[in-house]
Parts: sequence; C-alpha cells; structure tokens
Amino acid sequence: MQQSEELSGGIDAGSQPLDELMQKIADHKGCGSSGGGGKSSCGSSAGQGDLAPEIWEKVKNHPCYSEEAHHHYARMHVAVAPACNIQCNYCNRKYDCANESRPGVVSEKLTPEQAAKKVLAVASTIPQMTVLGIAGPGDPLANPEKTFKTFQLISETAPDIKLCLSTNGLALPDHVDTIKAFNVDHVTITINMVDPDIGAEIYPWVFFNHKRYTGRDAAKILTERQLQGLEMLTERGILCKVNSVMIPGVNDAHLVEVNKAVKSRGAFLHNIMPLISAPEHGTVFGLNGQRGPTAQELKALQDSCEGEMNMMRHCRQCRADAVGLLGEDRSAEFTTEKIMTMDVKYDSETRKAYQQKVEQERQATVAAKNLELATLAGERSDIKILIAVATKGGGRINEHFGHAKEFQVYEVGTDGAKFVGHRRVDLYCQGGYGEEDSIETIIRALNDCTAVFVAKIGHCPKDSLAEAGIEPVDRYALEYIEQSAISYYKEYLDRVRDGEVTHVARGDADIRQGAFISA
Amino acid sequence: MPYKIVASQCTSCSACEAECPNTAIAEKAGIFVIDPAKCTECIGHYDSPQCAAVCPVDNTCVVDPALPRHSALT
Ligand code: SF4
Ligand code: SF4
Ligand code: SF4
Repeated sequence: MQQSEELSGGIDAGSQPLDELMQKIADHKGCGSSGGGGKSSCGSSAGQGDLAPEIWEKVKNHPCYSEEAHHHYARMHVAVAPACNIQCNYCNRKYDCANESRPGVVSEKLTPEQAAKKVLAVASTIPQMTVLGIAGPGDPLANPEKTFKTFQLISETAPDIKLCLSTNGLALPDHVDTIKAFNVDHVTITINMVDPDIGAEIYPWVFFNHKRYTGRDAAKILTERQLQGLEMLTERGILCKVNSVMIPGVNDAHLVEVNKAVKSRGAFLHNIMPLISAPEHGTVFGLNGQRGPTAQELKALQDSCEGEMNMMRHCRQCRADAVGLLGEDRSAEFTTEKIMTMDVKYDSETRKAYQQKVEQERQATVAAKNLELATLAGERSDIKILIAVATKGGGRINEHFGHAKEFQVYEVGTDGAKFVGHRRVDLYCQGGYGEEDSIETIIRALNDCTAVFVAKIGHCPKDSLAEAGIEPVDRYALEYIEQSAISYYKEYLDRVRDGEVTHVARGDADIRQGAFISA
Repeated sequence: MPYKIVASQCTSCSACEAECPNTAIAEKAGIFVIDPAKCTECIGHYDSPQCAAVCPVDNTCVVDPALPRHSALT
C-alpha cells in the first residue's frame, strides 16, 4: 500500500489520502460482502473515513499491507509447509527463495506445535508482533494439514493475532472455505501472468489432480485456478493481495494485464516485486542469465499500474521465517532450540498497552506531516525528487548512515511526500570503520536520489555521497520522515529558484540481489 | 516394489509422502525413504508414479534397478 501514511490526507490532489484508498478497498469488496460504506468525500480527514470498521481493522495494523503500520508493527512467518505443487523458474527449492520471501528447505522446518509455541514466545516478547504468516518453504496449501493445524493452535491461545498466508494459488479453490473458517483475513496469491504462453516461460510444470502437467497446459491450469481462487476469496470477504515478480523481457509489459485482471476480480492490493536472480541461487533464471529489473524500471511499471489500483511498494521480500519489524530481523533470538526451553506465557495486557501507544505516535506523525504540507499549499512545480531515508522505524529519521541495511525512498513534489520503495544495501560500517567498496554499492543503490536523510554520518561517506551528487542531510535527525522531506523539498525549490543548485534528473539505480535478512 | 529416493538429491520437502497412495514413503531421521514392500509404482491408482511426478528435483524418485519391477511381480 503505497501511501497509507496519508492517514488524514486531503490537501494534496496528486497523492491519495488513505480514506480514499480505503474507500477503494471497500468498493472492491462490494460483491456480497458487508463492507463498503458510502462515497467518502475528498478532503475529509478521518483516518478510518467511511470505511466499514471491520475492513479498516483488518488493514490498519498489518505491517505488510499498510505502509504506515509497517513502521510500528511486525509480522512473522513460520516455516511449516515444506511441500510444493508447482515449479517456478525463479525458485530453487533447496534454498531460501528471494522472490517469494520463502525460506528454503535448508532453513529450519517446524512442526505445527513448534511453530505455535514460537509464535506465542515471539508475541509475548515483541508486542509489535501482530501478524502471523505462513508462506513456505513450499506452498502452504500443498501442506493443508500442517498449515491449518498451526492456525488452529495459534487462534486458540492468541486470538488477537492476525493470520495470513501466501500461496501460488493452484490448490486455493479447494481450501477457500477452510481459510474462511479459520478467520484468515489476508491471503496473498503470487500471480505472474494471465496468459499461458507467458506462463510456460515461468513455470516448467504443475502437479494437479495426480498428474504432472508441463508447458502451456501447466500454465493454463495454474492461471485458471489462481483467478478462480481470487474470485472465491472476494466473494467471501477475505482480503486478497496479489504479488507479481517482474521478469524483464518475460512478463514485464504483461503485468499491466495482470493488474487489470486481478483488480477486476477484487484484489485489494497489487505488489510488483523485482525478480531476484543470481547464478549462485541455482535457479533456472539465475543460471540462464535472466536479469532482474533496475530500480527505475520497477518504479515505472508500478507507476503505470497505479492508476488502476493500489500498489504496494514497501514489500521487502523478507525471508519468510524472519521475525520482527519489517526491516529488522530477530530470528536469531528465537531459534527452535531456545523456544522449546522457554516458558511461554501469552501476555495480552502488555501487547494492548504497546498498541495504544503506537496509535498515539501514529496520529502525531500524521499531524506533523499535515502541518508541513499546509505550508506547501499554493506552490506549483514540476520538480519531483527522490529522497533516501535511514530509519529504524517509527516513521522517524533515526538510523546512522553506517548502520543502515536499507533506505526508504520517498518521492517529493508539490503535492506532498510519498513512499515509493526501499533499497537494501550492505552495511557501510561494521563496527565504525567505513569501507571503500561498500560506499560504491550504496551509491549505486541510491543513485536516483537527490538527498539521503540520516541521523548521523561520518566524514568519508559524506564526501563520497556529495561527490556522487547525493546530498547527505543530518539536520533532520530524529524528526518525522515526511515532515522533513517536505521541508527539505521547499528549501530545494528555493535553492533552484535562487540558482544555487540546478535541478538535474538523476540516473537509474541498482536493486540489490538477495532476500531481506539481517546481515 | 521398485521406486527409491536418491537421498543425496532429496530436499526433504515431504511432497512425495503426502501423494503416495500406499503410504510407502516416510521420513526417517530427516531423510525420506520408500518402503519397497509397500510401493506398487502407483499401478492401479494413477497413470504415473506420484512421487516422481511431484518431486521438485529431477531423477530423485527413480526406479530401483536392484529390485524387480512391480508389474512383473503380480
Ligand atoms: S515479503 Fe515481507 S514485506 Fe513482503 S509481504 Fe512478506 S512479510 Fe510483508
Ligand atoms: S511409485 Fe507410487 S506407490 Fe511407489 S512410492 Fe512412489 S508414490 Fe508410492
Ligand atoms: S518429493 Fe523429492 S525432494 Fe521432496 S521429499 Fe520426496 S524425494 Fe525428497
């Protein structure tokens, strides 16, 4: 969800306020669901808007779906589902799948009982943990007993934890009613094509009805089952997100079609992710040299689909057994070994208290942004710039440049600041020493940005960034991101007007290969 | 009798275990093994051996040449 941070929105025309966005979700769910209030008036300022409360409730604290919530909340995935029923050319089942945020079979496998205990242990330690997902290592619905047993165990002890699952969709129509019965409110389907000829280049085979199908037949079965599953979810009022992997030269142009097809069937969010492919992953695409898209190619495709429906730009393709806030992996604290010796007491009180605090902080962020935005009113300029931000979360600029494993990228124009994605980088500084070659990779990853906001930065990287034409900015340390971005943008416009700087379009940037895991 | 799993290639994904109509496949200490006494090559159940059809690694569920073909036995 690209900009649900637009909680109260309203002033800006170009970017979309959250309530408007939520209205769309409500509209999507029009068929047979109980949601969907009346039309929200543009410029209204209530976060929830006219949205049916149950849909707002479902989305607002979801760290994957709500760009704003992902600053404050965390999700975890448990690896209980090792088997799969299809083969994708971007996946080698032995290793963590970077594309579908799925751990490989070499990662720790859990039984449903172990998984449930792990979830409760994590939830008691990290009150931010509000969402549990099952995404692999194979396909959750190719392992229905294990998947649903896990859901059952968790919902018995911790009914406040939201459940979600990601699937390739092949088995989805068979399980929609069980999904509904377990009150799973979010399902993600990975849909990379709606045309079997294109599908044949992505999927070598599927296993369906006790038979292995290959080529076009395989892709035809898959797309039919995926779209049928999506329709069935929509009919039952279960929120459904679609993930697509952008594979340049294979399905990149076609994803616009996919976008239309899934939107018309009620998907509430579309997440286009870059193909992650390197020979050492041992995937078909990795070995045949299929490249992934550049940052600008990805952004252009996301932009062209945005008029159609809400795009999700903050997905980090996290490894599916990651624990923690989206940008922060704490798996190491919760290995099976440690968990099994823990005495877990589910502490719902602390969790509630934390969540109330977050709610206040969230409203403060929005208020600060609107205040700043108001000062932009009346300004008109075609200039749009990208700003990279080092943040630990909480919506503030609170990370040291050298400690950042990723940067959030905001696009700022006269209609406000909008989150457009993030860039993973290798740590610049390990223990305080800057390293020469890593600064170059970071510059390549941020090459399309005009400035980088940090809480702190050393002299060396500061000079290298400035040389590359990226302005390092530490004067907004610990401030709110969007408020600062707008304020920087105003100054930037002034500087351009005074001839102090010349606005130049920045180049393209690299997308770092590899799933999001802690370094 | 005759299917076996090439242990060195198996990813232990368990997909075959669930598909076998004869519950001939089981996990033993982390690796998956076919009980030759139970495997019927899926004859009478399906057109193709299910374990081989679902296995993500080519040539991992294969005919065990050391044993007589199932069809030849019956
Ligand atoms: S990969 Fe990460 S950000 Fe993307 S949907 Fe999964 S958990 Fe959320
Ligand atoms: S060939 Fe059929 S019966 Fe034999 S192990 Fe494989 S699935 Fe089971
Ligand atoms: S399907 Fe293949 S890889 Fe998976 S457990 Fe069976 S033999 Fe091993």
